[in-house]
Amino acid sequence: MSRYVIRFGALGYLALLLLLPVGFVFYRAFDHGFSHAWHAVTTPAAVHALELTLLIAAIAVPANTVFGIVMALALVRGRLPGRGLLNAAVDLPLALSPVVVGLSLVLLYGRGGWLGGLAGHGLKILFAFPGMVLATMFVSLPFVVREVVPVLREIGTEQEQAAETLGAGPFQTFRRITFPAIRWAVAYGVVLTTARAIGEFGAVSAVSGNIEGRTQTLPLYVKAQFDGFDTAGAYASSVVLAMIAIAVVVALRALHPREEAG
Amino acid sequence: MSGITVLDVTKRFNGFTALDDVSVTIPEGSLTALLGPSGSGKSTLLRVIAGLESPDGGKVLIGNEDVTEQPARARGVGMVFQHYAAFKHMTVYDNVAFGLAIRRRPRAEIRDRVHELLELVQLEGLAKRYPAQLSGGQRQRMALARALAVEPGVLLLDEPFGALDARVRKELRAWLRRLHDEVHVTTIIVTHDQEEAMEVAGQIVVLNEGRIEQVGSPRELYDSPANEFVMSFVGPVNRVGETFVRPHDVELSLEPEAGSEEAMVERVVHLGFEVRVELLRADGERLLAQLTQDDVEQLELEPGQIVHVRSSRTKTFA
Repeated sequence: MSRYVIRFGALGYLALLLLLPVGFVFYRAFDHGFSHAWHAVTTPAAVHALELTLLIAAIAVPANTVFGIVMALALVRGRLPGRGLLNAAVDLPLALSPVVVGLSLVLLYGRGGWLGGLAGHGLKILFAFPGMVLATMFVSLPFVVREVVPVLREIGTEQEQAAETLGAGPFQTFRRITFPAIRWAVAYGVVLTTARAIGEFGAVSAVSGNIEGRTQTLPLYVKAQFDGFDTAGAYASSVVLAMIAIAVVVALRALHPREEAG
Repeated sequence: MSGITVLDVTKRFNGFTALDDVSVTIPEGSLTALLGPSGSGKSTLLRVIAGLESPDGGKVLIGNEDVTEQPARARGVGMVFQHYAAFKHMTVYDNVAFGLAIRRRPRAEIRDRVHELLELVQLEGLAKRYPAQLSGGQRQRMALARALAVEPGVLLLDEPFGALDARVRKELRAWLRRLHDEVHVTTIIVTHDQEEAMEVAGQIVVLNEGRIEQVGSPRELYDSPANEFVMSFVGPVNRVGETFVRPHDVELSLEPEAGSEEAMVERVVHLGFEVRVELLRADGERLLAQLTQDDVEQLELEPGQIVHVRSSRTKTFA
């Protein structure tokens, strides 16, 4: 009896909170037919927003992947002092509201901010592409680190030491022993980082200036369409975002069954 | 192949002294055991020799070369770990080939060498398996082949049979002994099991609390232990006041003899050929006697019985 309560309770919760709203977006997107929706997502502004979103992800994801692996190695294998503090700092983007992240970047790079002078040297950060990349990197930073750290702890150092006694240098040991052992964790982290980078709204909106066709990512475009009472355009673009998210999640499931990895 | 010299090596971990001014010589081609209880520093000493720990003071020489400042990968040592340290994502073949692949040896040479080694460790048919598909004993033999592949001057084994069950452990000990007779590489095995050390090694280094208590052959350690610690670590021992006696040197008789004392039989434990008799002396001290089955049958020992006890070959340490 209680088994059914748990099962249907969980399903109902999921349906109410997740499937119903997302399903409704799909439903409404095709309210006026497929061609209408297609037209809405192929306007120059929509296409530019999609391209910009993918371009930002294409920079933020590899950067955070490399950083994430190095950071995880430093946290688990390194002997640096203040590791506890560093470990907590990595989680900061998960705890902070994205809007606060965006505002902090505005304060730092804005007029009167510590790094505000960069704009005077022709390096425009705020309300431009670099700022949006920085904001995205900030919010999507923890995922690779968080996935890789427990796996590194679990595999221990014996295999690496064995490789060392067999003549492998630090880089060879990483490439031949450590990386193959953490690659699924890295892949999982990359997928989560990608999902977050593509979907980020709050932090990016604070630093982008939200100029259509220039500094508008797809989530910002969806919001703009919605605010402009172009609900069909908003829903259709939402579907594009949702499809990317679903593709990422499917890719994740296909990559590796997690239960087996443990 | 090379001998090893450890000179005045000290190693501390956060204030804990794991090795306290240790000096020892491991002869070329020997099979030496580092024997001691946990925390005695035996594994640390092995890791210092391997280059996996750097000593706070002292020197390590392999052959005549001072390797103290050299990283592990340059020392030409082969190491086998207690928990195998198998490369899980590689086949048995690739595991054994690892050191040769790192050295960029020609493919044909690697293939010949790996197959030769797999034959040596009796894993010929399993080259394409992954470590997860092997038993513990097979994994450890694979690890040994991997360590031997690069023709190390020194083979270091850190509690290599510690994670295996008793039967496999016994088999592998005998096998290691034979392997050493074939390969003759200078070998150090770390163990906390005195029986393992005595069965396998030609020379035993007994460590305790980061210091060396005694170095000698199994026989020397057993027959003339340097101190109380070695006496009680290399075999069972009775202590009566300041005197120590081995259980097999405790003689029982039904009639009083010169120098004998009375004791009561508390328990008789049959272990096959060997029988252990637990005795309680009149002064309240307990004593263990090791007899053969024949002895016990002749004496017709029963719990509660009063017997006469005489000890031979007793030892006292100043």
